[in-house]
Amino acid sequence: MRFSSLDRVLLLLTVLLASYQVSAGIDGFGTLPIVAYTIAFGVILVAALLIFILGMEVLDSPVVIIVSTIIPLSLAVGLVWQHLASLRTSYLVFAIIGFLAVTLTRTIQIPGKSPTFVLAITHGIAGMTIFLLPIILSIQGAVKPLFSLVGVGGALIGIGGLFLSFLKTGKPILSRGMIMRLFPMLLLLTTALFVAGFKFG
Amino acid sequence: MTTIAAQSQIVNLKSKIRAYWALIKPLQSGLLLATGLAGYMSARCPVFNMGTILQLSANLFLAIAGSTVLNMWWDRDIDAKMGRTEKRATSKGLVEENEVLRVGLILSVIGVGWAVAMDALYGLIVFAGLFFDVVVYSIWLKRRTAWSIVWGGISGAMPILAGRALGLGYIDWVGVTLAFGILFWIPTHTLTFSMKFAKDYEAACVPTFPSTYGLAITRATIAISSILAAASMIVAGYGIGMAWGFLRLLGVLSAGLLMLAVAITFKPSERVNFGLFKYASIYMLAAMILVVLEVI
Repeated sequence: MRFSSLDRVLLLLTVLLASYQVSAGIDGFGTLPIVAYTIAFGVILVAALLIFILGMEVLDSPVVIIVSTIIPLSLAVGLVWQHLASLRTSYLVFAIIGFLAVTLTRTIQIPGKSPTFVLAITHGIAGMTIFLLPIILSIQGAVKPLFSLVGVGGALIGIGGLFLSFLKTGKPILSRGMIMRLFPMLLLLTTALFVAGFKFG
Repeated sequence: MTTIAAQSQIVNLKSKIRAYWALIKPLQSGLLLATGLAGYMSARCPVFNMGTILQLSANLFLAIAGSTVLNMWWDRDIDAKMGRTEKRATSKGLVEENEVLRVGLILSVIGVGWAVAMDALYGLIVFAGLFFDVVVYSIWLKRRTAWSIVWGGISGAMPILAGRALGLGYIDWVGVTLAFGILFWIPTHTLTFSMKFAKDYEAACVPTFPSTYGLAITRATIAISSILAAASMIVAGYGIGMAWGFLRLLGVLSAGLLMLAVAITFKPSERVNFGLFKYASIYMLAAMILVVLEVI
C-alpha cells in the first residue's frame, strides 16, 4: 500500500518527537525508567523510520506482534517503577514473562487459543496500566494534571496495538486498509501525548 | 542570427552545468562534506568561526567534487556497460572526455591547495582522501579486487578526520574512531548496493563481494561492518563528551542498524536490502547532526 505525503510528514514528526523524548525528555529519571522509556520510544522511533523507508508493508511482518508488545510493556514498567514502588519487582517479572510468552507463542507453533490468550492478557494488563495509572495519579494530585495525557496516549496505543495484533492473528477488528490509513496519525498522536504528558505532567 | 547563437550558447552552458552537477554526485558529496563539518565541530573549537567553516566547506567540497569527477572520467568505460550508470554524461559522451579530466583536476588542485594553505595537516589529510579515492581505489584496485572498497572506505573516512584535525591541530583517537565509524559504515552502504546491482557489475567485469565470495559472506560482512560502525560511532560520541541523552539516541539508531543487519543475514530479501541501504544513510546523517548539536 502506497502512502501519501501527509503520511510521510506524520511519520517524520513521530521520529522527531520520539528522538526528543529519548535524548532529552527522560533526563533525571532513575536508571530503570530511563532504560524502559528508551526502549519504548526507541522502538517507536525505529518503527516509524522503517515504515517511512519501506512502506506500510513492514506491518505485515510477523515480528510486528512481538515488537508491538515491547512498547506498552516497557512504558508500563517505567511508570510502575516510578510511581508504584511496592509493585516494582512483581511488575518487572510480569513484563519479562509476558514478553517471553508472547515471543514464544509467536515463534513456535502452538495449537488452540493460547497464543491469542497470552497476547490479550499481556497487552491488556500493560495497556490498562499505562491508561489508568497516570489518570489515577493525576486525580489524586500526586502528579500534575497534564500527566494524564500519558494515559490517553496509552489508551490510543493500546487500541492500535490490539488492532494490529488481531489483524496478525487473522481476526481483524478493523479492515487492513483502514488500519494502515489510520496508523501514521495514530502513531504520531500517541507519541505526542506521551511526550506532552512527560514534559508537562 | 546573433541572438539565436547566443541563446543556443546559453542552453549549451546550462546543460553542461547540469551534466557536471550530476557528475559530482551532489548528495554523496554533500554527505561527505557534512562529515567533515561534523568532524571540525566535534573538536569544540569556536563553532561560530564562520570564516573557517566557510573555507572548510568550500575547499572540502571542491576536493570531494574533484575526486568524484576524476573517478567518473576514469570509469567512463565501465559506467557505459552498466544499466545503473549508462546514462551518466561521461558514459553517453555528453561532455568531452578531456574537458572532464581538466575540470576534475582543476577542482582537485584548487580544493587541496586551498586546504593546505589553511592548515598543512588538514590539507595533507584532504589530499590523502583524494589520493586513496582516485589513485588507489579507482585506478589501481577497483577492477582488480573486491577488497578495493576498503580503500574507498578509507578515502570516505578522511573528511571527518580532516575536519577534526583542523579543529584540534593534531590527530587524536576520537578523530581516528570517527574515521573508523565512516570506514565501517561505507561497506554497509556499498555492499548492499553491489548486491542490488550485481548483474551490472558482472557485465562490466568489476569484481565485487557478491561475485567473488557469494551472497552469504557479503551479508555477513555487512552485518559485521554495521556492528563495528555503530560501536565506533558510540565510542567516538563518548570520546567527544556527548551528553547521555544524545548517546542514548545514538544507541537507539545503532540498534535499528544492527537489527536490519541481522535481518539481512538471516532473512535476506530485496526489500530488507533496500531498507538497510537507506537506513544506513539516514543513520550516518543523524549521527553527524548529533555531533553538531552537541557542540552548538
